[in-house]
Amino acid sequence: MSQINEQILPPRINLPSLEKNVLELRALKDFFLTGLVWGLAILASIPLVSVIYMLIMEGGARLDFEAITALPPAGFETGGGFGNAIVGTLTMVGIASALSIPIGTMAALYLAILNPNSKTATVSRFLAKVLTGFPSILAGVFVYAVIVITTGTYSAWAGGVALAVLMLPTVTLAAEEAMKQVPQRMKDAAFGMGCTRTQVIFKVVLPTALPGIMTGVILAVAGAAGESAPLLFTALFSNYYMSELAEPTASLSILIYNFSGMPFENQIELAWTASLALVLLVLFFNIVARVVGRTKFKE
Amino acid sequence: MVHDPFKDSASGKTLSAPPSPSDYMKDSVFRSFAYLCALSIILLLAYIVFELGSQALPAIKEHGLGFITGTTWDTNQNEFGVLPEIWGTLYSSLLALLIGGGLGVAIAIFLTQGFMHAKIEVMFRTIIELLAAIPSVVYGLWGIYVLIPLIRPAAHWLHETFGWFPLFSTDLSGPGLAPAALVLAIMILPTVAAISADAFRRIPYKVKEAAYGMGATKWEVILKVMLPTASSGILAGLVLGFGRALGETMALAMLIGNVNDISVSLFAPANTLASLLASTFPEAGEIEIQALMYASLVLLLITFVVNVAGLAVQQYTMRKFEGKK
Repeated sequence: MSQINEQILPPRINLPSLEKNVLELRALKDFFLTGLVWGLAILASIPLVSVIYMLIMEGGARLDFEAITALPPAGFETGGGFGNAIVGTLTMVGIASALSIPIGTMAALYLAILNPNSKTATVSRFLAKVLTGFPSILAGVFVYAVIVITTGTYSAWAGGVALAVLMLPTVTLAAEEAMKQVPQRMKDAAFGMGCTRTQVIFKVVLPTALPGIMTGVILAVAGAAGESAPLLFTALFSNYYMSELAEPTASLSILIYNFSGMPFENQIELAWTASLALVLLVLFFNIVARVVGRTKFKE
Repeated sequence: MVHDPFKDSASGKTLSAPPSPSDYMKDSVFRSFAYLCALSIILLLAYIVFELGSQALPAIKEHGLGFITGTTWDTNQNEFGVLPEIWGTLYSSLLALLIGGGLGVAIAIFLTQGFMHAKIEVMFRTIIELLAAIPSVVYGLWGIYVLIPLIRPAAHWLHETFGWFPLFSTDLSGPGLAPAALVLAIMILPTVAAISADAFRRIPYKVKEAAYGMGATKWEVILKVMLPTASSGILAGLVLGFGRALGETMALAMLIGNVNDISVSLFAPANTLASLLASTFPEAGEIEIQALMYASLVLLLITFVVNVAGLAVQQYTMRKFEGKK
């Protein structure tokens, strides 16, 4: 027994030590770089913490019933709020959703299920990706040229359409991604039962992909709610509650933009409060999207 | 009655009935509608280009290419040039890319290379995602009342001490390039981090194992194996982040100062194409609007080229790793 052991002992050659030496240059470099990325990650989190801290400290005190219902104050007035801006933002996001969600979902169906490799689908998918990086202010310029000039007035319609232009590619790509996750064998099984393509889509693909589609849609809505550049010269702003859709309409983001540059303490305070309200709204959508996404279909 | 295989199977009737003519009809109507919706994205972009182009046509005819090289924007003398804006757009975006891109790649490494417990990783990932969720206009407000006062003493010191160096040749009097670029960096960081992290995740696990098996340390693996392998994906992230920075509007309009000067100084006020549109458009007259339409066409062209380049690199990366997992 011992003889065999002796035989398979390794030959005596000069092997470097295989044990990790903490003081070796390589190990020190490792240690230093690990510390560096930790530092950078914490550095990158500072802006978020600072933004949220400022929103709560500067805006939290004023976030009461008056702020979310009253009309914006003029010049030297005290008090006031941004009730009309909340209504305006929600209305325009509603219009944008009503336009972009059906079109986006249908386009996604075509891209993901009906004809994924056709020329139209390839070009459309690529342009949708290009459009997600589209400067949001250009949506405003475009809608100004198409709607504001034609109708002769700034309106909630124009603002909603501008937001819809921005939401459409996001909704399409997210919905396509969700529909692609539906396993092929589920579709095959339905086809095997004699379903038409439309039936497969409505009874199998859409119900299965629904949580994923919802997540994408809600995130697009959150993004649209925070947008301001496309509303600047489509919806403009208004100091009153909206009475119809075809008139200039207030929005939270434009109110923040307008008030941030004003020399009045009251307005600046309100800009912070409106920012807090806007961030809460956006975060609310984000959290809902996360909760919905958690039930996402997994194979 | 519409043939419904689901109902039939529940009632135990036969499944073998073929789709009725009305089913075929509905199917083809539905599919052509979906086709139209997919087509609408292409038509939308074409219409945007057409509409901006036709609105800008009078300005294009009048100013020609001199619009791009001109340096004054004067409505009274009907003189329009956007060179300072193009310069400001590219300069601020490049600065943002330097800061935000570097940070973004570092964070992508941090999130994907197993530096921490999964729960802390989720926390950091959420922070980065929320960074992208904060509206631009809120960053602008934060920049005015937090960032500018914060960096002003440092900017003042840099100007006093290194004033001979072109980058610090002016003092930061309030809004300027430095705060604008910093906020831009924060805004593009999530884009760069998300796309780069995706590139890291696409690398087959055996590549990493092979490197560890040869006795490489964690950072040798990251720097010599993972980074080069993910490089094209990271490049895509950087280019797309750059594209985002080019088109960013509100925060810049609030922070950059909107002054049509060409200056290399980090603390001088400047202007970008997008913030020119935001600040001038609402009060512009007809002639100026035509010029602004021309400016938006220039912005569209720049961002289109950058985005297409970024997407091309990204698709190349995706193909590279397809089927190698």
